[in-house]
Amino acid sequence: MKKSYLSLKNLSRRPGRTAALVLLTAFIAFSVLGGSIVVSSLRRGLNSLEDRLGADIIVLPSSAQSKVSFEKLFLQGTTGAFYMDASVLDEVLDTPGVAAAAPQTFLASLKADCCSVKIQVIGIDPEKDFTVQPWIQESYARDIGEMEVAVGCSVEAGVGEIIRIYDERCRAVARLAPTGTGLDTAVYCTMDTMNTLLQAAESKGISHKITSDGDRQISAVYVKAQEGADIDQLNSYLNGHIRKVTAVRTRSMITQVSDSLAGVTRTVRILIAAVWALAVIILLIVFAMMTAERRREFAVLRLIGMSRRALSRMLLTESLLCSAMGALIGAVLAVALVLPFTALIESSLGLPYLTPDWKTILGYALGALLLTVLIGAASSAFAAWKLSHADPGGALREGS
Amino acid sequence: MTLKAENVSKQYFRKTGQANVFFAVQDVSINLAPGQLTVITGRSGSGKTTLLHMLSGLLSPSEGKVYLDDTDLYALNDADLSRLRNCSLCVIPQARSAVETLTALENVLLPGMLYGKQDKTADALHWLEALGIGHLQNACPAALSGGELRRMAIARALTQGGDILLADEPTGDLDDENTALVLSALRAAADAGKAVLLVTHEKDALDYADQMYQMNAGHIAGYCSKEG
Repeated sequence: MKKSYLSLKNLSRRPGRTAALVLLTAFIAFSVLGGSIVVSSLRRGLNSLEDRLGADIIVLPSSAQSKVSFEKLFLQGTTGAFYMDASVLDEVLDTPGVAAAAPQTFLASLKADCCSVKIQVIGIDPEKDFTVQPWIQESYARDIGEMEVAVGCSVEAGVGEIIRIYDERCRAVARLAPTGTGLDTAVYCTMDTMNTLLQAAESKGISHKITSDGDRQISAVYVKAQEGADIDQLNSYLNGHIRKVTAVRTRSMITQVSDSLAGVTRTVRILIAAVWALAVIILLIVFAMMTAERRREFAVLRLIGMSRRALSRMLLTESLLCSAMGALIGAVLAVALVLPFTALIESSLGLPYLTPDWKTILGYALGALLLTVLIGAASSAFAAWKLSHADPGGALREGS
Repeated sequence: MTLKAENVSKQYFRKTGQANVFFAVQDVSINLAPGQLTVITGRSGSGKTTLLHMLSGLLSPSEGKVYLDDTDLYALNDADLSRLRNCSLCVIPQARSAVETLTALENVLLPGMLYGKQDKTADALHWLEALGIGHLQNACPAALSGGELRRMAIARALTQGGDILLADEPTGDLDDENTALVLSALRAAADAGKAVLLVTHEKDALDYADQMYQMNAGHIAGYCSKEG
């Protein structure tokens, strides 16, 4: 019979008390790990959005704002189709303070027989593009060719599969890394392919033409300002000097998201703190009750020669075993319940949400395990100290 | 080994009449020699159990010293005193003293387990049988009666094997037959060379004793020995 045997017996022969301790610590681990994953996913989503937008200003047709909310377009993947004359790109490029400008053309496919899926198609100019192209090249080193598309990670089409868009067959050549934003639900093609698709859409009776020159239609111009340029001033200049367009600072868009994210993050953190505080208080009460309940048992152990240190160690062993078991259960539950519901969390929050990779999650899980075990041990430390310094004689006389 | 208390007192702060200090034990000296069974009797509240706790290293005296041979018990640190309690001072406490999560046999073996001593299962089974509860070795304390628990505690102290045996009302809730059984076991322990102290109200215990102290209001009020 070893000393640890005594701890194990104490736990196994008092299943109610053990289960309560395990459950409490599981609750702490679950809230810490689940909350950390959610907060980290939101932060990564925002960073990803910043990286992917990659521009200081986006110039859109003035009519676009009435058709779709920019936030919904970029964050939730709502499809949008709005156009302006491609000459806007030249006007933007001629504006003082502009370092680079890249056009994009949007087309929404239909939920109909002519299209495999309802998605947002985004045409880019690979030579000018500085926002999407670097992202595509992370997954696909070559250039996207005629009637080829790179698909966002949430699009249900694998590499090599054919996607029908207005009865035109496009081959998926790359699957892009997740961004946690609406960009994940789009497919990307060259401007040439986009023009083919626009004509195909027109042949189906869906006309997006705003000019007689079908080849020269774009939906947005992404603008990078020159180093040191006053971006607000540039934004105002674009709004004032180019007709029928709206220039939007991406930072204002990101700031809105960032503000919402800060609010959600704060709420999650407050909830975690509240759960912690509550759990620690309950743990302290449980250990205090246990102290009272087990006074006589500990007095007997002191009587037969167990030292204060050994007694404290026995109590801490019991609490560590319970905490470790609870932490493990809580961590497994957090991973099992939070990760499969990523899409649901993302849509209900309406914020960019990018789940960390497994290594980061493993790091969080280990952190949560360690923290929970420490909280369990720390909560029992006072009880252990108090018990080991109690008068065993007094406890033995109680009820005699 | 000889256990000796020299002028020990134990005072508590509590309002008693006009004084704020209450002496549970006052200026008591006692000598427990090997091979002797010493009985302490006295009315409830006379300080018997307090004295026994001071002798067993559980309760530090307010004044005076307790020696095991030449070792001042209360000059030792907790680890050394605990080890000494485990090896030399075996106590049968007055009240229920089982670890509820262990079986009767595990409870009896518990002192030996604490410092990784040799396996004493054979001794434990012998004492459980001798005290009439061998058939209950695998029972949990919750399933034992008060008398059976008391005998389990006695078996534990006897299996522990120290040179000093301190028993606090060990026959408190036993019938005549089991009382005789326990008193005989304690006498046998003294005859085997242990110093045995028996705190009791049991009049029959005097027949087994080598010396007897009478306590009253914290003082030794009387003493007699077989030798006269």
